[in-house]
Amino acid sequence: MSSPTPAQTPSTMPHSATSPSYTEFHPRWYRPKVSTYWWLGKWAYVKFILRELSSVAVAWTVAMILLQVRAVIRGPEAYLRFEHRMSYPWMIALNVIAFAFLLLHSVTWFNLAPKAMAVRVGGKRVPAVLISGPQYLAWIVVSAIVFAIIISRA
Amino acid sequence: MVNRETEPIFWTLFSAGGVVAALFLPIQLFIFGLAVPLGWMHAPARASLYSLAHSPITRIYLFVVCSLPLFHFAHRFRYTLYDGLQIKHLNEVVFVECYGIAIVGTLAAGYLLWTL
Repeated sequence: MSSPTPAQTPSTMPHSATSPSYTEFHPRWYRPKVSTYWWLGKWAYVKFILRELSSVAVAWTVAMILLQVRAVIRGPEAYLRFEHRMSYPWMIALNVIAFAFLLLHSVTWFNLAPKAMAVRVGGKRVPAVLISGPQYLAWIVVSAIVFAIIISRA
Repeated sequence: MVNRETEPIFWTLFSAGGVVAALFLPIQLFIFGLAVPLGWMHAPARASLYSLAHSPITRIYLFVVCSLPLFHFAHRFRYTLYDGLQIKHLNEVVFVECYGIAIVGTLAAGYLLWTL
């Protein structure tokens, strides 16, 4: 090897003019380059990235609500246009995907809570199901209330 | 922008938005994005949605449901870009864009619901 790269052999890196950040006393940190697709190698990593990407579905849903509120305010024609737009096949396809991501967010969020809060009662850790359980219950109750309010207007 | 003093604020918004998004957004998207367009349920009339949106409770609900999840999105998507795409060098740009979306969305929600 005539020209070792700094990442491979930091200690033998020549003191050259091409690397001004290098000094004898403060060598460049050893940082191997990580591929952009590092998370594809393992199912746990893929799940992690999918969970993080659920935030895009969250923003998408908020955008839908804002456009709907705007259409409701603007009048009957604007609302008809909104309803028409929501029934495009590509829009429904996008909403199916977004809905799957929202469910992934809800489930992972509720399951994470017992890991984030270690509640102890009488010196014993409260079982995870007692922390995530009520949240699933609240999810069902909240969804039922919203559904009942909307369907009463239909 | 993000340092030891401000990080807890962003994290609290992320966390609160995560709860709101987990509880309220699936049913919202299910009704208006799937059930109504696919004809699984009757579409609520615009006039009755208008009167529903007029009540102060609905307005507060809509504001909370729009603003907090956007701050949840901003925090999470920022770190998705950092970790997933390895673009730490675009730190500032990503920060401004993510939180810009959250602030613009929150202002839009506030304006719409105020003028309703």
